[in-house]
Amino acid sequence: MSILIDADTTFIVQGITGREAVNLTRECLDYGSKVVGGVTPGRKGREVHGVPVFDTVEQAVENHGGPIDGSVVTVPPGFTKDAVIEALANGIRLVVVVTERIPRGDVAEMVEYADRVGARIIGPNCLGLIAPGLCKMGGIGGPAADAAKAYEPGVVGVMSRSGGMTTEISSTLTAAGLGVSTAISIGGDAIIGSTYAELMPFFEADQETQAIVIYSEPGGRMEAQLAEWVAANDSRLPIVAFMAGKFMDDEEMKGMSFGHAGTIVEGKEDSATEKIARLQEAGITVVERIDEIPEAVKEGIGR
Amino acid sequence: MSAEQESIFIGIEIEEPAASDPELARKLEEVCPVSIFEATDSGTEIIASRLDECVLCGLCVEAAPAGAVTIVKKYEG
Amino acid sequence: MRFYEYEARKIVELAGIPVTEYGFCRTPEEARAAAEKIDGPTVVKSQVLTGGRMKAGGVQFADTPDEAATHAETILGLEINGHMPRGVLVDPKAEVKQEYYAGVVWDGTAKKPLMLFSDMGGIDIEQVAEEHPDHVGRGHISNLDPVFDFQAKQVIARTGVTGSQLTRATPILARLAELFREKDMLLAEINPLAELTDGRFVALDAHMEMEGEAVGRQAKLLREELEIAEDDTRESYEPSDFERRVKEIDASDHRGVIQGKDHNFDGNLGLVIGAGGGSLTLTDAVRSQGGKPANYSEIGGNPSVAKACGLAREVLQKDGVEKIAVMMSIVSNTRVDIVARGVIKACLELGLDPSETIAVFRIPGAWEEEGAKILDYYGVEYYDRSVSLWDAAGRAVEKVQG
Repeated sequence: MSILIDADTTFIVQGITGREAVNLTRECLDYGSKVVGGVTPGRKGREVHGVPVFDTVEQAVENHGGPIDGSVVTVPPGFTKDAVIEALANGIRLVVVVTERIPRGDVAEMVEYADRVGARIIGPNCLGLIAPGLCKMGGIGGPAADAAKAYEPGVVGVMSRSGGMTTEISSTLTAAGLGVSTAISIGGDAIIGSTYAELMPFFEADQETQAIVIYSEPGGRMEAQLAEWVAANDSRLPIVAFMAGKFMDDEEMKGMSFGHAGTIVEGKEDSATEKIARLQEAGITVVERIDEIPEAVKEGIGR
Repeated sequence: MSAEQESIFIGIEIEEPAASDPELARKLEEVCPVSIFEATDSGTEIIASRLDECVLCGLCVEAAPAGAVTIVKKYEG
Repeated sequence: MRFYEYEARKIVELAGIPVTEYGFCRTPEEARAAAEKIDGPTVVKSQVLTGGRMKAGGVQFADTPDEAATHAETILGLEINGHMPRGVLVDPKAEVKQEYYAGVVWDGTAKKPLMLFSDMGGIDIEQVAEEHPDHVGRGHISNLDPVFDFQAKQVIARTGVTGSQLTRATPILARLAELFREKDMLLAEINPLAELTDGRFVALDAHMEMEGEAVGRQAKLLREELEIAEDDTRESYEPSDFERRVKEIDASDHRGVIQGKDHNFDGNLGLVIGAGGGSLTLTDAVRSQGGKPANYSEIGGNPSVAKACGLAREVLQKDGVEKIAVMMSIVSNTRVDIVARGVIKACLELGLDPSETIAVFRIPGAWEEEGAKILDYYGVEYYDRSVSLWDAAGRAVEKVQG
């Protein structure tokens, strides 16, 4: 069916009165998501598209009259760490961090805090996640009608370091009649709350999910970690990977960063070519083109 | 309005007497997210160099009396 | 942000880690004065943001202040890997008993800082880790809890170091870990960390790199303590005119983001593409099909018409550009019609025919119907989501080469 979120998932938006947050709230409400409150310090008593605004997460939880499942955090980088920990300290167990350009020390702090309380962070620098037809948590897929066009319920779990490519890939899966169980924009930074390997057990436990597609980029060890996870766990799920940024393998491009903050080749292991080799060694199908993904998935699940 | 000739994609026309209404001018200046209108003593002035930034939100059309403000898409017809 | 050695040493010193009495000098005369103050044999080291200075002759030993001045003069005029030195560092020639390595880096998998220590200092730690893994101690620190000295002690003890060496090195590694966290470093290394013949431990060379996103909040350290000017950004290469102009256009308006790079790109197909992941994917797709990109670019966050126009104009005015390809993965925030207006406006302003100049326009998503109307009107070849990124890129390559 879906992972992490479903039709009953309740969430708040922290920083709800910001320009992008107002749009995101409208999109989520239109999609049918349960946005039960918003927080912007000093703006208590206002409403954003009918959603009540509070000064603190505590007030939002009190108003809701019970635990709230999630929060979408879209506040400036300097305030993000505090906002995320505020959500976690008030019992929220799934936090989507949209904000870009957060120093990684801050990200690492909030991720360690989340680990201690048994919560999960998606992002930062991400568009959130969507369980087609059930819940859209974040700007992923854009306005409700556009999201519905690109994401139809189905059998493929999608994880992507690029928010835009999450939709591009899901759209090809939808067009091919495969559909998406849950699509997650995991974020483009060097340190993120949830990596491919950390999300795999959730997809593994979801009976609707029959295959996984990942979009990956140069930089970091996330793909190596996934390859290790696959080797260590006898996963039932075929995985298809697409690797962008092969041009960054050129000697002249070393040390330069393109696209996301995490996309910088520093060591021997984190170039596109190395990653492709590693993923393939683990039995993961690596395609050269996005439009080859549906066929590779069909082959993987024997359709 | 001569200024309009400078835009490529979007034209905005304001009919009289609305165009000379200082009250409406202030409203238009306030609602437009891309600052196309400027309120002057003699009414609304359209800043031609901003016209192509129009996001087609229609807030100016809604703010004015029915039919007074028209957005022209020069790429249509 | 990278630091020169003299700055890295200062950072280490501010954290309470002992260093030798070094002097940063910009002229041979200053070097002579520094050597006179040291009153003994010295080392004169080039201050450049690149490695391999020993091999290049950027490190010289001097017995007298005169010799130090002569070396300083040579080194100040010596280019290393394309970098001219900012100055020289004059350091007492230390009486070293043993060299160690102390460092802290990010472990992206554990999402925690990782302390590293080795009793084989002075050489590249990666080489030591490969050839003598038992001589490298490792240990994570928490992002939330204080750094405890015992954690540093454990890491050092794992290499077999004991006795007074262990007790003297422990606070140094612990302070280095604290500074790594407090100063938002990506890398903090003391190599070599020297045990002198008198038993003291001092940092003989240090390597620091600060996270770019944290430069703003570390202003006190950067501007006051180190006196680094705000425009001294220390990019790994000199930005091109194209890159500088695109940056200026981006900064002129808060709506949306455009980025452009052309370092080592010199093809005939200009790319006006987006966003993060889409740009990487499309650049690969153009190159894999034999195309020669003139640049790399990113459009995101719904830029204004002026911004999209500005990027397209800059790309079109690059030497050798024959056509541009305007392509993005499905957009949900950036508007198709706004980008269409921007790129067409760029063509018209430069006196070019959009239908000839824009090889393909493939941006599906928000406001695509409106975008299609504009593109139709100007006769630009337009593709929606039914045409893949790969095929759109292929079509652009075909048109620019056909």
